[in-house]
Amino acid sequence: MSVVVVVCFALLGAGAVLILARLALGPSLLDRVVATDALLVTIACGIAVYCAVYRDISLEPVLLVVALLAFVGSVSVARYIGGMLVADQPTDADADLTGRAEEAP
Amino acid sequence: MSIADVVASVCLVAGCFLCLTAGLGLVRFPDVLNRMHAATKPQVLGVLLVMTGAVIRLVGEPIVWMLVLVAVFQLLTAPVSAHMVSRIAYRRRHVRRDLLLVDELGTPAGAPLPTRPHPEHPEGDPDADEPADGPEATPRTIS
Repeated sequence: MSVVVVVCFALLGAGAVLILARLALGPSLLDRVVATDALLVTIACGIAVYCAVYRDISLEPVLLVVALLAFVGSVSVARYIGGMLVADQPTDADADLTGRAEEAP
Repeated sequence: MSIADVVASVCLVAGCFLCLTAGLGLVRFPDVLNRMHAATKPQVLGVLLVMTGAVIRLVGEPIVWMLVLVAVFQLLTAPVSAHMVSRIAYRRRHVRRDLLLVDELGTPAGAPLPTRPHPEHPEGDPDADEPADGPEATPRTIS
C-alpha cells in the first residue's frame, strides 16, 4: 500500500500542477471555470485516496462537501457569465444560435 | 495484500492517472470545448474508479454509503454543469470555429448541414457506402 499511496499522490500532484498552470494562464473566464472544476475533482480524488489507503473515514463528509461545491461553483459562474451576456447584447444571444450574427464583429 | 487490496489499488491508480490526463489535456488543448472534453474524464470515470477502490478498501466501516452518494452525485451533476459551460462558451465566441467540422447550432433550422471537407479525407469518409447527398437524402427530408 505504501507504493500505491506514493504513485497515486504523484499522479494527482502532477495533474494538479498542470491544472493550476491552466488556471493561471487561461485566456478566458470559462477556461478558469473548467480548470477549477477539474481541480476540485482532483482534490476529491486525493481525499478519497487518503481515506482508502489509511482506512480513515473521518474525512468522508469533506469529500461530499467538495463534490457539492464543484457543481455549485461552476453552475453559478456559468449563470453569472450568461447574465452578463444578456445584459450586454440583448439580441445577440439568440442571433448567435441561428448564425445570423456571424458577419458582425 | 489480499486480492481485494490489489483490485482497490488498481482502481485508485487508474483514477489518479485520469486526473493526470485531465491536467495534460487542459494544458495542451486549444479551446474551451476541447479542454472540457479533457477535464470531464476524471469528473465521471476517475471519480467512479476512485470511489470503487475506496469502497472496496473501506467496506464494513459506518459511513461508506457517503462514497456511493458522491459517485451518484457526480453522475447527476457533471452533465448539467458541462452543458451550461459549453452553451455559454458557444455564445461568448470562445469556440474556435475553424476547428469545427459541422456547426449544428450555427445552421438555421431545416437547412441542410454545411459540408466541410474532412482534413484527412477531403473526398469524404472512405468507409462510407454512399455519399451524404446520395439517393437516400431526398426521402429522409420528405418523411
